[in-house]
Amino acid sequence: MAVFGNLSERLTSALSGLRSKGKLSAADVDGTVREIRRALLDADVSLDVVKSFTGKIRDRALSDDVNKALNPAQQVVQIVNEELVEILGGESTGLHFAKNPPTVIMLAGLQGSGKTTFAGKLAKYLRAEGHTPVLVACDLQRPNAVQQLTVVAEQAGVAIFAPEPGNGKGNPVKVAKDGVKFAKQKMYDTVIIDTAGRLGVDEELMREARDVRNATDPDDVLFVLDSMIGQDAVATAKAFQDGVDFTGVVLTKLDGDARGGAALSVRGMTDRPIVFASTGEDLDAMEPFHPDRMASRILDLGDILTLIEQAQKNFDQGEAEKVAEKIQSSTFTLQDFLEQLQQVRKMGSMKGLLGMLPGAGKMREQIDNFDEKEIDRTEAIIRSMTPAERDNPKLLNGSRRLRIANGSGMTVTDVNQLVTRFDQAAKMMKTVAKGGTPQIPGMGAVPGGRVKQVKQSGKKGSRSGNPAKRAAENAALAETATNSTGGAFGVAGAAPEPDDKDMETMRRLLERGGL
Amino acid sequence: MAWSFAKVFQNLFSSTARLVEPADWENLEDTLLQADFGTTVTDEVIEAVHRIADISATLDTDDLRRILGEVLEERLSAFDSTLNLQSEPGAPAVVLVVGVNGVGKTTTIGKLAKFITSRGKRVIVGAADTFRAAAVDQLATWAERAGVDIVRPQHDGQDPASVAFQTVERATAEGHEIVIVDTAGRLHTKSGLMDELSKIKRVVEKLGPINETLLVLDATTGQNGLNQAHAFLEQAGVTGLVLTKLDGSARGGFVFAVQESTGLAVKLVGQGEGIDDLTGFTPHVFVQQLLD
Repeated sequence: MAVFGNLSERLTSALSGLRSKGKLSAADVDGTVREIRRALLDADVSLDVVKSFTGKIRDRALSDDVNKALNPAQQVVQIVNEELVEILGGESTGLHFAKNPPTVIMLAGLQGSGKTTFAGKLAKYLRAEGHTPVLVACDLQRPNAVQQLTVVAEQAGVAIFAPEPGNGKGNPVKVAKDGVKFAKQKMYDTVIIDTAGRLGVDEELMREARDVRNATDPDDVLFVLDSMIGQDAVATAKAFQDGVDFTGVVLTKLDGDARGGAALSVRGMTDRPIVFASTGEDLDAMEPFHPDRMASRILDLGDILTLIEQAQKNFDQGEAEKVAEKIQSSTFTLQDFLEQLQQVRKMGSMKGLLGMLPGAGKMREQIDNFDEKEIDRTEAIIRSMTPAERDNPKLLNGSRRLRIANGSGMTVTDVNQLVTRFDQAAKMMKTVAKGGTPQIPGMGAVPGGRVKQVKQSGKKGSRSGNPAKRAAENAALAETATNSTGGAFGVAGAAPEPDDKDMETMRRLLERGGL
Repeated sequence: MAWSFAKVFQNLFSSTARLVEPADWENLEDTLLQADFGTTVTDEVIEAVHRIADISATLDTDDLRRILGEVLEERLSAFDSTLNLQSEPGAPAVVLVVGVNGVGKTTTIGKLAKFITSRGKRVIVGAADTFRAAAVDQLATWAERAGVDIVRPQHDGQDPASVAFQTVERATAEGHEIVIVDTAGRLHTKSGLMDELSKIKRVVEKLGPINETLLVLDATTGQNGLNQAHAFLEQAGVTGLVLTKLDGSARGGFVFAVQESTGLAVKLVGQGEGIDDLTGFTPHVFVQQLLD
């Protein structure tokens, strides 16, 4: 999930000059501010927001208290971070649920911003939270939008209210009203209204959206915005604010490589919170938007908290304890390893997980080149072993290894590497499990091991330069940093500190994941 | 005109010409940036305008506007925006339409089909977007509006390459002159999905060459349009661009950078939701719309 990837790369390079300097001159500050301005513009942050942002940075960076500070470079990073957090919006608010159900949520946005897909995601998300949502098909404009919503509802396993066929026929205001009535009758507690996409300049359609709003009095109006949008984000957001007055923003397509400056623009211009981030075509690819975390992600501090949350949701606690026990009693086998791989899999793609680790920005390229298939290959190798071999890798002699290699379509070298890595990792984990090192002990290797070498000259399959390993080590560094004096960047207040339990989970996760 | 620089250029291009002030240059820069030209192209354009403008001792705002127009038009004119639909007798011309999600591929195909049929050619469209819910139905509705035939997948989740293949096959058998194939929207960062596109190309090319692979770009897109173009050029061999949603408030200035860094020309422009709102791309008209 290379969210804000390029922006964080640009800021990192803009600030790297500063990090190495002891004192700040006005020229240093101006040079840096120019870089930040460019980086933000290239990230599609709107010009007005860029101007006020860089203005604040410059003023604060040149003010006396900064110059007297011990490490001015760090102060500039802090200033940038604080201002980013301020623009992105402080605390995340979530949805407003009605005291008397049903809660009505209306979706609005440009054509192609991803409203219908998001409607499905939101419904699925709410259902998982124990709500009973119903989707209401009010996009009667776009050809077959109603069918699309019907299919999406089915995929999400939720109810749909679609009395009109659409394609230009039917009255969306009436459908919306009836939809709420329908929800009341059938005791659905949340109504999600999908409306037609419209251009900000289309007054007629905007009036229709306003009528839908007035007729249903929604608790939330979510403005769905494509994260790839450029300078037009401001005009569009303003038009929708004036037109339907949304209560929150949803950023979609964040799984692409758009720099996502729209997030800053919209926050800077409308002061409406960004509520959700949508990150893929799968109906599960959605998460609450965390402004503080996003800001620290821009500053390349990684998104440890999201990682932990995801891990907690997907990682089976019982499984984890069983494995911890096994590690301690040194009965951890390749079979367990295989199960671990599958656990990690459940958390989503490795790329996504790696991208959230601190320091990930620096190895964005390697992460993007990470081949998910490596995990498949490792699985294939283990699956080609007999149960006895999985339990006791010492059995693996030359001819068994050849058989396994042939069976899994890999080479004997691959098999050898896997076994060696497993041995090392198992040893390391034992030490840790027995309370040896208080830190993350490097990751040994990624699950599935071989990662395509990007700039490493070493042979294919060499372990050094392994991004996952680096990720872990960086994580370890960042962790030490945060645990000490509030961080090298002095942003202690900016992001909630993970508590001990979280860090423990994180540590376990990495051990698992890395093994 | 629904979209133009007019509003943002108000200070600069007022009805009465006056001498250019330093603030005008700053205004010009802001305007270009706000039209999504991006920092690099903005710098270059301003430098080019400066070079010409600085020769003249007395420069008024009309001159500035004229020079800007010339500079922009010259940059756009370097590319050939002719749509290649030449076909051999007996073999249809094939157009593949690709792009990220939600840019308006299906709508563009509907309009393009209408555009070509109204010029007396027989068109058939292929619904190779077998991924998105109800995408096939959406294309079918457009095909009906345009009055053209459609080839649908025979079952849910059919391989898009095979749908494309069947479309070309049927076109050859039934004597359609032009085939337009719709594909599923895909983010250019998803390598698996991009591979699928190369497969569609490979399979279709077994029956004959593909005339045009058109990448649809949404005018509201910012600098990410550049990444999209590069990725699709590299992995799908794009031959031309379609710029959609120009009827909104977005100006699509990023196409300058896209054309220049990829060498691809904008060939079609979509300016509305009506079936006739698709036109060819003319640099002069495009620039006049920007300036008016």
